Formats: sequence, structure tokens, C-alpha cells
Amino acid sequence: MTVSVEIRDLAITFGQGLSAVRVLPGVSFSVAAGECFGLVGESGSGKSTVLRCMSLLTDIWTGEVRIGGRNVRDIPLKERCRLMQMVFQDPYGSLHPRQSVRTVLAEPLRIHGMDNHEARMNRALTDVGLPVSFLDRFPHQLSGGQRQRVAIARALILEPSLLLLDEPTSALDVSVQAEILNLLNRLREERGFTYIMVTHDLAVVDHMCDRFAVMLHGEVTEVLPRAAIPGNGATHPYARELIAASLEYEGQL
Amino acid sequence: MEQPILEVKNLSIRYNGAPADAVRGVSFTLGRERLGIVGESGSGKSTVGRAILRLLPSAKVSADIMRFEGTDLTALSEAQMLKLRGRRMSMILQDPKFSLNPIRRVGHQVAEAYLRHFPVSRAEAKAKTLEMLAAVRIRDPERVHDLYPHEISGGMGQRVMIAMMLLADPDLVIADEPTSALDVTVRLQVLNILDGLVRDRGIGLIMISHDLNLVRNFCDRVLIMYGGRVVETIAARDLDQATHPYTRGLLAAQPRIGGPRAPLAVLDRRPEWTEEFTQ
Repeated sequence: MTVSVEIRDLAITFGQGLSAVRVLPGVSFSVAAGECFGLVGESGSGKSTVLRCMSLLTDIWTGEVRIGGRNVRDIPLKERCRLMQMVFQDPYGSLHPRQSVRTVLAEPLRIHGMDNHEARMNRALTDVGLPVSFLDRFPHQLSGGQRQRVAIARALILEPSLLLLDEPTSALDVSVQAEILNLLNRLREERGFTYIMVTHDLAVVDHMCDRFAVMLHGEVTEVLPRAAIPGNGATHPYARELIAASLEYEGQL
Repeated sequence: MEQPILEVKNLSIRYNGAPADAVRGVSFTLGRERLGIVGESGSGKSTVGRAILRLLPSAKVSADIMRFEGTDLTALSEAQMLKLRGRRMSMILQDPKFSLNPIRRVGHQVAEAYLRHFPVSRAEAKAKTLEMLAAVRIRDPERVHDLYPHEISGGMGQRVMIAMMLLADPDLVIADEPTSALDVTVRLQVLNILDGLVRDRGIGLIMISHDLNLVRNFCDRVLIMYGGRVVETIAARDLDQATHPYTRGLLAAQPRIGGPRAPLAVLDRRPEWTEEFTQ
């Protein structure tokens, strides 16, 4: 099953009246079912915050997030977890150091009362290209790339439709990044996932995403198709600057 | 031919209690040029940089030659190293958030690097500091001088670090992932500033990075390290013609703007890469 996402006027404001601080002034974009959508922008532009709001890890926002046509606030917690899952940036921080891979993967299955634990855990590990014997390993016995695979397996175990990827490869070496990006692409082809991917690397956007939004100070300046990157087809000055810098950095100017 | 700034021959490093060497048999010489050391995490690239500055007190460092402008680095006492470090050779670290003292004004921290090595008054050191802050293109040096690290952005923090490290006018600067913590737009700006200063002052630069694009654009020559060894040395502009399968693998694994969307090439790591000698 694939789901579409629609975000309208997602905003975070502290205080009221004249002294109100608009942390996230307002974000709107929509993502088609089965699309890979990128969120790019400088640090502090609110990219990760958008993911945290969508998943209700941050709950102080106003506006509307609709997933598969339903308001995310109306979806009960358990169902929401089975609908969308998040993969975090740093696999050294996102896995519990004293929990084995088995514990990490079994917990959501138990909470959601799912059957065939062993078969599901084996499948999740196989899906991310790890041997089943890794179930009894602890995070310190895994490399960075293997940890990120476990984090992806944890996101897959409840069979969600929407994956929120928060810089899933920026803590990894380029060769390991290639493995993870290939894995994410393969899973999307096989399962029709919808991805929303935060990244600061436009080469990754170009490789993975169909469209992407350029964020600045908590606002979406422009939503561009992937094809706008190589020739710098952006119109907003910041988006142009970002793409130009990335092209220059790659030595393509 | 002019004397090299740094000469390293057969450098090996083993961390205390480690079962194997972190760095094995690394040799290179550095003139007034920009040398890149690239490799993945754990390849030993940062370890090499730290060993040159003798910042690994508990590790076992051995080298046939490790000479900095004629001085044998392996034979110096710690007291002699203190005179060298920060004065004639210095290091720019990855993340200004962790490298600056959070409870001291940035200007004072920059000036300290100068006061430590030169017999000048505080006023003179401050004048030098302001001049240097301007040289790293900080628009309002007087104001920035009095700010605390949390009040400045990452890009400005890294420029402050560069100012601090270049103030004593060293001959060798080792930059260890100087821009990995920065956004791409800011990254280029900081690299251009560092690059300009290094060229103007004829400083020898060792740029340690995991980023092939960075060394391609900002270095003259590149050492590629794998498993503690240098597997290939190549001119930066010839990087695309690299011959070693590891270098080629790294280049192919990198997604590129405008590239095909075919699955990225995955490194097939060969055990012999950690064994062979190339020089």
C-alpha cells in the first residue's frame, strides 16, 4: 500500500501577539503516493523539524498534515506507527547500546501483537541485507553501515507505507552510503514506499528523489523537480545559491 | 630544490593495547603545497595528522624519518614540542562547537594563541587578532571579538578557528575535516578563505578529509589511505584517472548530480589492499 502526504501551513509559534516567535513560519507541500520527496536547506532551516512534526514526535504545531487523506492527529497511535516510521541520522545514537538487534526488532512486534516474530525479524534483516545471525549482536559489534541497516530494519518491521528519512547516510562513508542508498531504492521499487528524505547533499537528492523542497528559515522557498539541479533551474535566490554551491563543489561549473 | 617542510618515512602507529597497527608504513614529503589525505573512517588519516603534531602520547609511534623543517620530530621533548605546536605547525579541527572554549570570548581565544608564542602586550595581540579576523573575512571584527562561541554560527566559528591557527604564521597547517560540519554554501566560502591564506603565506597544508570532491578542488596532490596504508598517491586533477581499485571504487560509489540513477557501485573490499606497498 502506498500513501500520499499533504502538509498545509505547518507552523510552530511560541508566545502570542507581538512577542510571538515563529520558529517554523509555515510549511506546505504535498507528496504523491510512492514518490521520493527531498527536503534540503541549511542547518537550522527546519528540515528535520518538519519530519518530527509529521510523526508527532513534536506535538506543538498548528496546521494540517494529511497522510493518505487522513488527518494525522486523528490516526490512533498504534495505527500511526504502522503507517509511518522514521530512520534517524546517526546510527550510533539511535540504537540502544545495551539492546541486541533481536530486542530492538521484537519490541514493536510485541507492542503491536503481531504473530510470527521470528519469521518477521528474519525477513526484516534479510531485506536490509544482513545475515540472520546478526539478531544476537549488540550495536557495538556492528559497523556504522550495519547499524544503519538495523535502524532501517526496525523501521520496516511494522510494514509501514511511509518512511521518514532524516539524513540517513550523512554519518556514513561514501562507500557505505552507496550501499544504503541502493537498499532504499530497491525497497521503494519492491514495496512502493513513499519516502520523505531530509538531506543536505544535492547529489543524493539527484540520485534518489523525484522532487525536492528547498527550505530557508522554516519556510519552503521553492519545490523543484530533480531535473532542475544540473542546469540550476531554481528561481528563488537562496535555492539558486544552494544549487550553484553544490554544482561548484562537485566541480561542474 | 627547496627543502621540504615535512618529511615522513615509514610511519607506523599502534594505539595502546590495540591488536594491530592503526597506520603502517606511511611515507610522504610535503613542500609548499596542499596535500590531501583521503580515506574512510578508520583508515588512519586523522591518526597520521595527530602523530605529526605528537598528539598521541599513549600510542606507539615509530618512523624512520619524521622531520619538520630539518627538526627531527621524534627526538623532541614535550617542552620543545610546545614551542612548535601552534607556532610553526598547527591544526584546524572539524567542529568549532567542540573546539572553542564555550565560556571565553572568541577574540581572547584567538589572541591567546598569539600571546602564548610572542612577547607582545595584550593591546598588540588584540590588534593582531582584529587584523586576522578581518583576514578571514569577518565583516565586523570588533564586534565578533567580544562574542562567545554560542553567539556565532558554525561557519563563522570555523573562520575564527582558522584565524586562531594562522595568527602565529605557521609553516605547516593540518586541517582535519575542516568543513564537514558546515553547510555546502558556507563550506565553499570557508574553504576559499583557507585556500587564499594558505597560498598567500606559502603555508604547507595537509587537508584530511573523507570527501573526494573537496580534495579534488582544494589540493594539489592526494594520498589515498586504506586500512592504515597509503594505497595511491596522485595529482588532484588526475583523480578521475586513479588506477587503484579502492580509489576507483570510492569514486564510483559517489552519487553525482546529473548522473544515471542506476544502482551505485558498491566497494568490493579486497584483503590485498591492506598488504601491498605502493610508493
